[in-house]
Amino acid sequence: MSQYILRRLMIAIPSLLGISVVLFVVLALAPGDPFSELATNPNVPPEVQAALRAKFGLDDPIYLRYLHWITAMAHGDWGFSFVSRVDVDTLILQRLPTTLYVVGSSQLLALLIAIPVGVYAATRPYSLFDQLANTFAFIGFSLPTFFTGILFILVFSVKLDWLPFVYTSVPGSGIPWLLEMIRQAIMPVMVLGLFQAASMTRFVRSAMLDVIRLDYVTTARAKGLGQAKVIVKHVMRNAMIPVVTLIALQMPAVFGGAIVTEQIFRIPGIGSLLISSILANDTPVVMAVTFVFACLVVLFNLIADVLYGWLDPRISFR
Amino acid sequence: MISAVLLLLLIAAVVIGPFIWRVSISDIDVVAGLQGPSLAHPFGTDDLGQDLLARMIYGGRISLAVGLAAMLVSVFVGTLIGALAGMSRGALGYALMWLTDLFLSLPQLPLLLMLIYLFRDGLKAMFGPEGGIFILIVLVIGGLRWMPVARLVRAQFLSLREKEFVEAARALGASPVRQVVRHILPNALGPVIIAGTIDVAAAIIAESTLSFLGLGFPPDTPTWGRILYDAKDFLDIGPHWALFPGGAIFIAVVAINFIGDGLRDALDARKVI
Amino acid sequence: MFDNNLRGMIDDVKDGRMDRRAFVKRMIAVGLTAPMANQILAIGGVAMAQSPNPYKPTKRGGGGPLKLLWWQGPTLLNPHFATGTKDQDGSRIFYEPLASWDVDGHLNPILAAEIPSIQNGGLSADAKTVTWKLKPGVKWHDGKPVTADDLVFNWEYASDPATAAVSIETYSGLTVEKIDDLTVRINFKKPTPFWANAFVGAYGCIIPKHLFADYKGGKSREAPNNLKPVGTGPYKFVEFKPGDLIRGEINPDYHMANRPFFDTIEMKGGGDAVSAARAVIQTGEYDFAWNIQVEDEVLLRLEKGGKGKALFAVGGDIEFIAINFTDPNTEVDGERSSIKTKHPILSDPRVRQALALLVDRDSVKKAIYGRAGRTTANYLNGPEEFVSKNTKWEFSVEKASALLEQAGWKPGSDGIREKDGKKLKLLYQTSINGPRQKTQAIVKQACQKAGIDVELKSVVASVFFSSDVANPDTYAHFYADIEMFQIPMTQPDPALHMRRYHSRNIATKENKWQGPNFPRWANKEFDAAIDAADTETDPIKRADLYIKGNDLMWQDNVMIPVMHRLAVEASSNTLRPALSGWANQTDNLQDWYRES
Repeated sequence: MSQYILRRLMIAIPSLLGISVVLFVVLALAPGDPFSELATNPNVPPEVQAALRAKFGLDDPIYLRYLHWITAMAHGDWGFSFVSRVDVDTLILQRLPTTLYVVGSSQLLALLIAIPVGVYAATRPYSLFDQLANTFAFIGFSLPTFFTGILFILVFSVKLDWLPFVYTSVPGSGIPWLLEMIRQAIMPVMVLGLFQAASMTRFVRSAMLDVIRLDYVTTARAKGLGQAKVIVKHVMRNAMIPVVTLIALQMPAVFGGAIVTEQIFRIPGIGSLLISSILANDTPVVMAVTFVFACLVVLFNLIADVLYGWLDPRISFR
Repeated sequence: MISAVLLLLLIAAVVIGPFIWRVSISDIDVVAGLQGPSLAHPFGTDDLGQDLLARMIYGGRISLAVGLAAMLVSVFVGTLIGALAGMSRGALGYALMWLTDLFLSLPQLPLLLMLIYLFRDGLKAMFGPEGGIFILIVLVIGGLRWMPVARLVRAQFLSLREKEFVEAARALGASPVRQVVRHILPNALGPVIIAGTIDVAAAIIAESTLSFLGLGFPPDTPTWGRILYDAKDFLDIGPHWALFPGGAIFIAVVAINFIGDGLRDALDARKVI
Repeated sequence: MFDNNLRGMIDDVKDGRMDRRAFVKRMIAVGLTAPMANQILAIGGVAMAQSPNPYKPTKRGGGGPLKLLWWQGPTLLNPHFATGTKDQDGSRIFYEPLASWDVDGHLNPILAAEIPSIQNGGLSADAKTVTWKLKPGVKWHDGKPVTADDLVFNWEYASDPATAAVSIETYSGLTVEKIDDLTVRINFKKPTPFWANAFVGAYGCIIPKHLFADYKGGKSREAPNNLKPVGTGPYKFVEFKPGDLIRGEINPDYHMANRPFFDTIEMKGGGDAVSAARAVIQTGEYDFAWNIQVEDEVLLRLEKGGKGKALFAVGGDIEFIAINFTDPNTEVDGERSSIKTKHPILSDPRVRQALALLVDRDSVKKAIYGRAGRTTANYLNGPEEFVSKNTKWEFSVEKASALLEQAGWKPGSDGIREKDGKKLKLLYQTSINGPRQKTQAIVKQACQKAGIDVELKSVVASVFFSSDVANPDTYAHFYADIEMFQIPMTQPDPALHMRRYHSRNIATKENKWQGPNFPRWANKEFDAAIDAADTETDPIKRADLYIKGNDLMWQDNVMIPVMHRLAVEASSNTLRPALSGWANQTDNLQDWYRES
């Protein structure tokens, strides 16, 4: 097993290099300008905009820019943002805790809802509970977060006046500070968590249904094992493969943030940094965030593969 | 059954609708803006006074077509790559997983901007402005959403290919293609169908964001996702505006999901207990 | 006649024969507004009037926190690097210029002891030098005194191309010379009637020499104080997270009495304009939100029973549809929209006139801009003395159709007009922005009624306003028939605003599309008027020249003005912000207070 993991990690290095090349080319070819805000300002003639582009190397050939980036990266230099002229790693580290907190909690919430609801619904297919769960799930993924976010704001902030909808880093410490941090995270976590939970519930239910119909489950039941025991010991373990896949797909987002939700609630996370950097064509920042994201994608794919082997020992890796 | 009827009804409504409801989609009447449902405007009007029923019907054609086509693309590509990666035990498997990882990590916005920049004019010239944009949108949405399907299918395949019934088929001399098509794939369809239904909703909504990048249909073309997006700031002033597109997407999702469930039951001999 | 009378009266005021107030009264009697009268005096060489912001608090501090919401958060805090107004606004909390523009477009001294004028010897008669005096005793936040050396340093810093300062243009074409510890003289290379640019307003903010001297030129990015501003402003720096948050605390040694009112300041970034308006007007979570570009209908609803209101400030920002005078569909020497071509449809003045008749400005105002817009026929909409009274506009599908008939465009079988087998079809591009897409829809509908087929195109703002030479979708390439966007007026003077359309500034491949004259309009009379105005020191003649320029643009229908846009801000009902359409929102931050 450890040999397998080691080999996969060795493969990961060239594959990440390959990904970085593609990412860089896409970003370099994507049109736009970090200084587009200057365009209509009569105080700033277009030559200034062009001179800035040239100074930051935006007019160099792509392969030169890539070589420059990769050598700097190898030395641990992430470059600096064109827009704020701040080092990229500083920017990312400033944003990371918030993203981990908000997006992490919402993923946790999604799992806490999806797994029990999905499992329970699958044990009683087409019952009232199952029907309700399905209907809510359908509503959940028919409505995009840009919509539910505003709905939540209108209900909980404007009408009821219970929760603030501008997420800000409150200075201070102690219990009141902690409570405030929780209070302002409730809405974004709910919006994002419920959206994720909706689709995940459907996947869990379907995976459970696939297994529940198999012969060995019927056998286990025939042996007189209790329902709960059958479900947990025999069905769930085998149904976990698609669920593990889904979680592995979602985990990198805990770093990458949630662009729309962060935007709506003004959460200073990686997602809002990414979107504003993309819109401003701030290539060094976009490149750094997406590259770290790519590393996480590859890593969690590997973890998922290892977990498959543990869940179903017949899956062999060589 | 009911769901198939529901979907057919929805499709019929958007196809025949314009012949029955003959109001223009773009007539602007600023004075009659943001009115609730009435006889003259059964679905009410938006802030420019455009008739929402007409816009919903017109937009439904595009949204349903984009949603279904993009879903088919993503499910087809995802299943194909997932199946190949799940069956292969060598370099091909790694290569396909690398491709999946690559697509998962690509930032979509710059990619889309690059695609517009590189291909818009070419496609327009080849397929005409509307056909070209339709193909581009379907390929873009489908092409950016197949990765979860591929990962799910591969995971199912890794597990299923070692199961007794597949081994039995293999021992009996079934070719790999027959193993996949007859034995493994039907058992791996569960997550594919779920992903398919989610993708329809996601594609309808994604289409609306594309037009904000200048990649989608021209800005004055109403689609369900677009109407929903435009309505969001008026949620407390004119809730009807958001209600209809939201409801339509929901009905489409429900209908497609039930059809998918029916499809799986038909392919799978074992019925739910 | 009017001119001569006016000149006489101005001289009377100058010599003290006529009271300033009497002059303003006379002007109002002939139909001018008070600020306009003041402007006339100012450009007539009478020391510029100042209209200090009303300020009631009688002691410094005690106002609690001030919470500002900028839906695009400032990303940097060095005023010389400020790419957008958001960055200028953020820097301005800590840094100050010598003077800033007030509500009426007058200069208001900040770090300057007084505003230079001909009377106090600050301005030379040939418009080639300006002498500024610093207010004595002003200290940087770290306690060091502010001196003339700091001013000279700011000029050296910004004008050095290696520094990569955005303010480079403000400080080039001039030299700054130290006279004594508190006095500098700006020497212009040529007569500059509009002298209040360097050290004034957003790009005029002054950074301390003792902290930045080591970081001039190539090392500018490495200055630790780029992120930790030490200025002279009413608030001292506490915390900065780019794009997200700025926090400051009261400056107890601030150089103006009883100011500032608030104890702390917070500027939060991110989100969108509508929810920013909600947070201020509806829930009162924040005190003030910047640039609320939201349909007026939404604002009106929010204001009902809300905790705040929308504020409007008049400047000169103009939203317009520009017409391409060259052919965007024919390539000449690797360049479309080349000046060697003529637009096949729009070079006919009757078609341009018809288009202008098809822009329903009233509907656009009613449905979209509401209180935030004013309909206008002019490209140049301020300050008052530069606004033409000779122009008019109307919306009429019939008149437009008649003009098109006259020009030989006859309706085809599909209702679209054609001429010589060619369809009357136009590509109409703009940047992606809610109100713009709605305006497009309104214009398109009217055009359809008149038999013009309009194809709409919208481009992401960061691409549309890009200087990327290779991208054909920028406003400067203008590979479309008509295009719409807004050009802001950043100062109460039209020089920069109008110079754009001089024929030497036409955007071409040769100048990498950096020429700001994107409609590629060339008019000898206009060129002559602008050239003359650039060095004209007689203010009344100068204003006439700009009005003439505006009228020529109107006659030729180079630009179809859609809306004279006002700056829209949201403020809590108790806050008393000092705002001006000629300045950035935080430019008079020291005068903000709250009424209980």
